[in-house]
Amino acid sequence: MSRLIASLAAAAGLLATTSARAVEISISCSALGKEYEICKQGVDAWAARTGNTVKIVSTPNSATERLALFQQLLAAGAGDIDVFQIDVVWTGTLGNHLLDLTAKGQAVIGDHLPAMVETSRVEGKLMAIPWFADAGLLYYRKDLLDKYKRPVPETWADLTETARLIQDGERKEGKGEFWGYTWQGRAYEGLTTNALEWVASHNGGTIVDEKGEVTIENPKAAEALKTAAGWVGTITPEGVLNYTEEEARGIFQAGNAAFMRNWPYAWALAQGGDSAIKDKVGIAPLPKGGADGRHAGTLGGQLLAVSKYSKNRDTATDLVMYLTGEAEQKRRAVEGSFNPTIVSLYSDTDIARANPFIGDLVDVFSNAVARPATATGQNYNKVSTEFFNAVHQVLSKKSDPAQALSRLDRDLKRIKRNGWQ
Amino acid sequence: MIMSGAVAGAGAPVQVTGRGRRSSLTRSRIRAAWLFIAPSLIVVALIAGWPLARTIWFSFTDASLDALGDYAFIGLENYLAHDDGGWFGILAEPDWWHSVWNTLWFTAVSVSLETVLGMVVALILNAAFPGRGLMRAIILIPWAIPTIVSAKMWNWMLHDQFGVINDLLLRLGLIAAPVPWTANADTALWAAVMVDVWKHTSFMALLILAALQMLPQDIYEAAKVDGVSPVRVFVRVTLPLIKPALLVAVIFRSLDALRVFDLIYVLTSNAKETASMSVYARQQLVDFQEVGLGSAAATLIFLIIALVVVITLAAGRVRLGEDPR
Repeated sequence: MSRLIASLAAAAGLLATTSARAVEISISCSALGKEYEICKQGVDAWAARTGNTVKIVSTPNSATERLALFQQLLAAGAGDIDVFQIDVVWTGTLGNHLLDLTAKGQAVIGDHLPAMVETSRVEGKLMAIPWFADAGLLYYRKDLLDKYKRPVPETWADLTETARLIQDGERKEGKGEFWGYTWQGRAYEGLTTNALEWVASHNGGTIVDEKGEVTIENPKAAEALKTAAGWVGTITPEGVLNYTEEEARGIFQAGNAAFMRNWPYAWALAQGGDSAIKDKVGIAPLPKGGADGRHAGTLGGQLLAVSKYSKNRDTATDLVMYLTGEAEQKRRAVEGSFNPTIVSLYSDTDIARANPFIGDLVDVFSNAVARPATATGQNYNKVSTEFFNAVHQVLSKKSDPAQALSRLDRDLKRIKRNGWQ
Repeated sequence: MIMSGAVAGAGAPVQVTGRGRRSSLTRSRIRAAWLFIAPSLIVVALIAGWPLARTIWFSFTDASLDALGDYAFIGLENYLAHDDGGWFGILAEPDWWHSVWNTLWFTAVSVSLETVLGMVVALILNAAFPGRGLMRAIILIPWAIPTIVSAKMWNWMLHDQFGVINDLLLRLGLIAAPVPWTANADTALWAAVMVDVWKHTSFMALLILAALQMLPQDIYEAAKVDGVSPVRVFVRVTLPLIKPALLVAVIFRSLDALRVFDLIYVLTSNAKETASMSVYARQQLVDFQEVGLGSAAATLIFLIIALVVVITLAAGRVRLGEDPR
């Protein structure tokens, strides 16, 4: 009898340990371009190594919608998703629902790009680990610049002129759907990143400065918006007012545009086997706003965080550490042109072979403009929404730049009325 | 509908007995009546009453989605507050009033178009012709597709570079360059109206058709004998007779259109110029985590919809009263 009990206990113990070891972790990966595929390969490798299973939860392509979804899930305390892929500007907003990773991440966090680490912290605590870095880049058609004997544009004025020249030339040759420049103009977070680049490159500030002062109402910002509004309908299709990253890429990759503003992910796709513009594409920093302006790409990128409501926090944290580790970041850089956040990988020869531009990107990242997420804290989303709506109105010629910016200034001060927090 | 039926059922016996002492039979009848309607009352209270009451309660607090349990009562501040020489709150928010205007415009235009087109379709379907049954089934297809799916579908069809609509119009030579239907605020609301009309005309037609089928044939025969012109028959006979059903259909559609969310959200995202009231409320609630402010917006939507229904009903009744001459 006692032997039976003992063996039962042993069996129960065995069951308990196996179920504790092999668990199912849900991760939300975004699915922009190749992202889903690359993410799947990464988590599958981890699953094979640890014996756990991983479920990938699909999320909307639009960052604004993805954040809304995460906020709803987390506000309800739902443990359905263990690991979240979050945008660099969301750490403050979602921080209350994320697991503090300081203890686990402290040892490796020093290897990452400082700008990215900064976006992972909330009040000094590490709430996420950087996964890949992003910054707005200018994509151009090498073959067309050669054909029309033009250099890569240095300023927005150069770009406007070159785009116009190529567009007119190509259209004359019968390509009626050819456009000069495509970018992201839909009223969503992507427009904030685009417009911040225009404003910052004209030395017009970053909407709200580091001290939390609203700085957007200035003549340089107005000039930047005026330039951009001038593109709509001339070198950029009017439909850009409803474009996200993928619509812009659709036009460029089909060979119907000379220039495109996009994130680095578009590189691997433009160079893919089914791309109409394979080997005809180049990448450069975004143009300066005039001779005394600066090259400014908005800092983007994604972090991985663990939900506080996860039932398997340790295993989920383990997955995060694996995915953000050096080996996986290198694989993602080679296969998906996702830029590593680990600094030493920028001098890696395998990555340099796959992405010849990787060396230049270190400069782009060190000059990247951060969105005012830290200064505005919980209110960032409101600030960004007011900003992209104001810009959208200028682009659709519903209001003139100076007027829109003065209204924006008033609205932002309204949001700020009792301080940002 | 359940609610009004239940209230009428409960109220009737009380009125019959008047002020005097009720007999035990009446009392037991009333008790039985309450017993029978209790399940529906409980269901209504749970699925409509409770969320509504909670939303109204939240509209007087500073609750945030981030920490729902932690909030303070702030009175009417979400609606209107005077602070530092400026007015704050939803009622002082130009964006809110813009979304109200968008929604009312959308409702008026789309419901009018649907009523007229639905009437035409219903009159055609009411006539006897071969394949009528099949036709009635086919016309319901757009209505059966979930709005989110049809909105996404139309979004691609209306796309300025890849969309089939622009391609069609270009080939027909009706436009010289692709039109970015959903990108421009002026055309975007019209695009939303078009998709809504495409989807809901059949619903309208079905309700009107049901009313047409109930009409007594002898009036028409009498009209025929008297040699009244078809237009006159429609205006003087058909229209007055189906008016109550038409009014119900219009109210149904208006209620739906006033809550419009998915269509506008999918077609134009969060753009201020095209936001409807529901889009505005959702943005406050979810994007900005302002449960208090969002609830205040939701409460206002509730009030506005109630107001529109009352006005429509009143307008309908007044005209009904004038009619018999």
